[in-house]
Amino acid sequence: MGTIRIIKPGPLTTVQDLGRLGYQDRGVPVSGAVDQYALRLGNLIVGNREGEAALEITLGGLEAELVQDVSLALTGSESAARLNGEEVCFWRRIAASKGDRLSIDHSRTGARIYLALAGGIDVPPVMGSKSTYLRGGFGGYQGRALRKGDGLDCGPAREAGLPEIPLGLKPAYSDHPTLRVVLGPQDGEITDQGLFAFRSYPYVLTRQMDRMGCRLEGPGITHRKGPDIISDGTSFGSIQIPGNGQPIILLADRQTTGGYVKIAAVIAVDWPLIAQALPGRTIRFEVASLEEAQESYFQRESALARFLKS
Amino acid sequence: MEYEVPKILCCGDQALSIEFGDSIDPKINRKVLHLFDRLRARTVPGIEDLIPSYRSLLIQYDPLLLSTKELKTFLQQQLPVLGEVISKKGRIITIPVRYGGPCGPDLPEVAEYHGMTPAEVIARHSAVTYRVYMIGFSPGFPFLGGLDPRLHTPRKKSPREKVPAGSVGLADQQTGIYSLDSPGGWQLIGRTPVKLFDLSREEPLLLGAGDRVLFQPITEKEFGNY
Repeated sequence: MGTIRIIKPGPLTTVQDLGRLGYQDRGVPVSGAVDQYALRLGNLIVGNREGEAALEITLGGLEAELVQDVSLALTGSESAARLNGEEVCFWRRIAASKGDRLSIDHSRTGARIYLALAGGIDVPPVMGSKSTYLRGGFGGYQGRALRKGDGLDCGPAREAGLPEIPLGLKPAYSDHPTLRVVLGPQDGEITDQGLFAFRSYPYVLTRQMDRMGCRLEGPGITHRKGPDIISDGTSFGSIQIPGNGQPIILLADRQTTGGYVKIAAVIAVDWPLIAQALPGRTIRFEVASLEEAQESYFQRESALARFLKS
Repeated sequence: MEYEVPKILCCGDQALSIEFGDSIDPKINRKVLHLFDRLRARTVPGIEDLIPSYRSLLIQYDPLLLSTKELKTFLQQQLPVLGEVISKKGRIITIPVRYGGPCGPDLPEVAEYHGMTPAEVIARHSAVTYRVYMIGFSPGFPFLGGLDPRLHTPRKKSPREKVPAGSVGLADQQTGIYSLDSPGGWQLIGRTPVKLFDLSREEPLLLGAGDRVLFQPITEKEFGNY
């Protein structure tokens, strides 16, 4: 039976929520939506708790049939989408009926689209989360990416949700984003020239990009002693500099610990920008203070909270 | 070396790391794990997750609920008591290992490198109680401290594409156990039939940082019957 049946899954569609916290000390990656903010907004539109499980559709290309009446929302990188051939908008509640067919074009603007359904995707939680961890083969729908013919159930719908997300609350994605970073924890291991390069030059996103992280290419960032450190914990947006001097930004499926120097970390409000970046795009890094970074985060969260109250 | 005053380092705006020293040292690691235990034992609103490693503890937090300043003050308050008592008695977990043969294809090479017989490598490797310094690389993969210096062995020149789960390996001063089938460059000397990560168990992960591990050599038959 189910609520939604996959006709075409696209290159990579997985079930994700806000991730698996509390197990990183035992080496279990957080996983979860790469663009957490888009997932949260999608859930709020359809009346779910903001951390419910939804579909993360990498690069679009999904086709699915709604097996029962359900409200849904598309968020993340906007791409042409249709319900029974009629164009539908992102960031807005869509009332779908039994038998409707949803199709989402291949995305040219960004990497990830989220499809939230009222009630949330009903899969058994593994270690407290419904997120799929592909390398470990667990979580989500049978621990794997969705395939043609898979049918997914939804939980009971909670409340009406929101008709749409106002412009001011939508993430300001950019084709060639500037990512604000807070330096550390090992910026002291990088030469002055290396730090100058990192702060001054554009870096291009390579094709080596997945849910674990993305590799960039640009002027080499050199180490004072070498790229290896005694392995320590990683966090979302950590920027590692391995021996070749080319940055790696860690994302949702990152290993919990790593042995390369970490020059800086992308600040939380800019995580959606790196989550949506495509190969070939250029990125610049801009150093922010911790206070500036947290202030931007407080502003975003309080604007969202005010809107939800109104 | 242990720092006189631990360093608190930014890891972005939603995590920080408290670092106790700059080497792999049981005394430093004990402080990390002691702090980890203390933070885990109580719920501090705003602390979302903890990652202990050899010499530091990463704390992921939500600055809306717990300001960086409050968190730093809270951490400073914990410091004076750290390491003065053994953090926990620690479980001792015995891991049966079939050394050599197809289970430990690098055993002959490791023995030759150290000018020992394979039996001597096995005896030395299984004589010590190891401490789990940290878990990382993949779910449940323990990095064990306490390897006999005479067994310190460099990694393989080129990593294997697939190392079977349960493989026991050596890499420099470390020994560890692969928890999932994965690529890897450690020297493989044996394999355990015990699953370090098994979702069908109520507690899927066998080991945690701070546990102690003892390897017990078993025969091929015992491995097969396990």
